[in-house]
Amino acid sequence: MMANTKPPTCPLSGAEVVDEYFIENRTRLLEIAAFMDRLDRVDTEHAARDFRMQVFAEAVEALAVPGDRLMRIQMLLSDPTVTPLERLDRKSALGAFDRGTKEARS
Amino acid sequence: MKYIDHHAHMVSRTTDDYQHMALTGCVAVTEPAFWAGWDRSGGDSVEDYFRQLTEFEPRRAAQFGIQHYTWLAVNPKESDDRELSRDVLKRIPKFLDRPTVLGIGEIGLNRVTRNEIDTYREQVELAIAHRQLILIHTPHLEDKLKGSRISIDVLTRARGIEPQRVLVDHAEEHTIEMILENGYWAGLTLYPQTKISPQRAVDVIEKYGPERICVAGACDWGPSDPIAVPRFAMEMRRRHHPESLIEQVIFENPVRFLSQSPKFKVTGAAEAARVG
Repeated sequence: MMANTKPPTCPLSGAEVVDEYFIENRTRLLEIAAFMDRLDRVDTEHAARDFRMQVFAEAVEALAVPGDRLMRIQMLLSDPTVTPLERLDRKSALGAFDRGTKEARS
Repeated sequence: MKYIDHHAHMVSRTTDDYQHMALTGCVAVTEPAFWAGWDRSGGDSVEDYFRQLTEFEPRRAAQFGIQHYTWLAVNPKESDDRELSRDVLKRIPKFLDRPTVLGIGEIGLNRVTRNEIDTYREQVELAIAHRQLILIHTPHLEDKLKGSRISIDVLTRARGIEPQRVLVDHAEEHTIEMILENGYWAGLTLYPQTKISPQRAVDVIEKYGPERICVAGACDWGPSDPIAVPRFAMEMRRRHHPESLIEQVIFENPVRFLSQSPKFKVTGAAEAARVG
């Protein structure tokens, strides 16, 4: 059911992509570094205990490996199971899947 | 350039936002039934909300030259409450003949509980029974992959489903393939934090093409941007994509999907529907 027509690729050259997007992504990179340093200043051991930060660290490592970075990070953050919850635990998602939960182990 | 925002929770928004949307080219919005941010006390409260969506909100939008259409449902955030859901599902049919109601939505899953799945299945059956268009919410953040898989599985098993009349919304990079491969329309809702950004949405268009993909700004009561669709158009221009491609995604595509309801008629829609 996927379209047979060729998708419109990005018209920009490699140099143009960097010229256009480098500064805003430099900013994002520094924000991530500042966030991780902030947490370390407050509690150097918290990142190792918090499942969200454990996944975050894996995602940062994934950035260094070329190819499908975004998809790999999406999958790192996602619940890979297909088992429904027996009852509602809370209304909102937390942003990362806790692989230590009962659902994850089942 | 004119555009349509197919997923805009305008009851959460001020008239200033309508004005900004009109100034940036918005000609029509479709508003899915939403969670208020707190649980409603019962069916009467939801019914009042349906009256707001079908009576008051179209008049407010019209003041700015924007056509307002709506979708009715128990929102996934409240769908774990089976008693409320059964009550609301009984009340929906009497609203379906109203002139601005396009279908059932947004339905789907939130935390992916068994109760939510039962309510979702019943809402899909209601839509099929009344031959309504369907707008599907997929869950947030870490729940999106699992919820999308189960939502599509329920659709696939439903008798009488017509995939081209279903838009699966809040798609992201890890869910869009399963949506398009099964013949559904995919919605990219542009958010500053929790879903997909205009930049990533353009990446998706570059990877998968524009067929059966729509973009929206959500306009909800949380962090969201009522002029996110024009920002998507700006991002397309930033990369030198042609105006014809931009128009296809932000106007012609929603016209094609929404015009499957005979009630949906928007200025310029007839010409757009003939394109391609």
